[in-house]
Amino acid sequence: MCGRSRRTDRAELVIPAAFEYARAGSAEEAIALLVEHGDEAKLVAGGHSLLPLMKLRLAIPGVLIDIGRVPGLSYIEDRGDEIAIGALARHHDLETSALLKEQVPLLAHTAHQVGDPQVRHRGTLGGTLAHGDPASDLPAAVLALGGTLVAQGPQGAREIAAVDFFRGFLETALAADEILVEVRVPKVAGAGWSFQKFNRRAQDWAIVGVAAVVNGHTGIALINMGSTPLRAGAVEEAVRSGASASDAAAVADHGTDPPSDINASSEFRRHLATVLVRRAIEEATS
Amino acid sequence: MVLISVEVNGSRHQHEVEPRLLLVQYLRETLGLTGTNIGCDTSSCGACTVLLNGESVKSCTVLAVQADEAEIVTIEGLSGPEGALHPVQEAFREHHALQCGYCTPGMVMAAVSLLAEEDTLDELGVREGLEGNLCRCTGYNNIVKAVLACAGDRGALTEQSS
Repeated sequence: MCGRSRRTDRAELVIPAAFEYARAGSAEEAIALLVEHGDEAKLVAGGHSLLPLMKLRLAIPGVLIDIGRVPGLSYIEDRGDEIAIGALARHHDLETSALLKEQVPLLAHTAHQVGDPQVRHRGTLGGTLAHGDPASDLPAAVLALGGTLVAQGPQGAREIAAVDFFRGFLETALAADEILVEVRVPKVAGAGWSFQKFNRRAQDWAIVGVAAVVNGHTGIALINMGSTPLRAGAVEEAVRSGASASDAAAVADHGTDPPSDINASSEFRRHLATVLVRRAIEEATS
Repeated sequence: MVLISVEVNGSRHQHEVEPRLLLVQYLRETLGLTGTNIGCDTSSCGACTVLLNGESVKSCTVLAVQADEAEIVTIEGLSGPEGALHPVQEAFREHHALQCGYCTPGMVMAAVSLLAEEDTLDELGVREGLEGNLCRCTGYNNIVKAVLACAGDRGALTEQSS
């Protein structure tokens, strides 16, 4: 990725294609801008999913709507049986939240596994979910927890179950004129949990990863095993019916369609899934 | 063009910038602060790390317009009166925590942010805390020693910032 030997002029820099920039002061203003600009527009918060794509010209939005400083969307709040998180809460906010560490440790721990400190200072929970990358860590944690996402559009707010949110590669249930404003996850203070991530180097994306919650609420989700973050339904069923960790893990690749790329073949990913799911269940139940 | 107003190393600057201008370009080309290096250009290597409102960020992956109204500190802004080295810079010198030096400004800024965030740091904490910064010379051992030395000598840091 860094194969540039000389830097003699600006043209050699990796910079995005030109775009129009609009800054939203509120969720309503962002929605109005989305309505105005339609398909041409992309929302940006921390920009740590979108800007790298724009720099490589894999994304070329005509209008960038900056919601990064919309006030009142960075909270992490106790709401009885759930913790509610504003879409602009950053990975750094999640990993350092005493409330999350106590009530939803899987989410705080997973946030700490994303990228590196600099990335976690910028990237937001809402951004990583709305981006919908199957290789991202936090979507799997929210899936495993059975979270609820709140989208706001011109007609008001609606709730979307995490399991219904991811629709295809980098595609979500968000309409073109909606923004993600809140994520809610159940408190699982007493539950066993585990997060497993296999990569070759620090800060790399997961080649395969697993987020798991067991005891009471059972949810197991897979990273990078298909075109979206995935629930491992067959594994969850096996765990609920009392199967051993190895037996449950044996069906880890059921219903998946893992990619083959420079990091791993599809076959190797299937193998990794069974190993990591077994480790996750063992750790979560130990 | 968008008008931005930023405080960089304690000085207020206002400029009309193109929306796609990266923060690192703004610092290096508009303000002439070339202490911040560009390495990979793809938010992997950390050479371009600066402090944005006190926290480490990779300035190749922040738009200058996103930094509007922010306080930024670059490597040039760390030293004290009459060019006195910041304790982290001093520790890097003391422990020979650089070889070619290209990653050093980013390493130092990442370390300053890490030390500000963590009350206690052991070797693993330093290594994980600097995982966003690559040293192509692989000179990590002395970098870790330098940051650990700072972690064990908070008095000097507090003195510097007061």
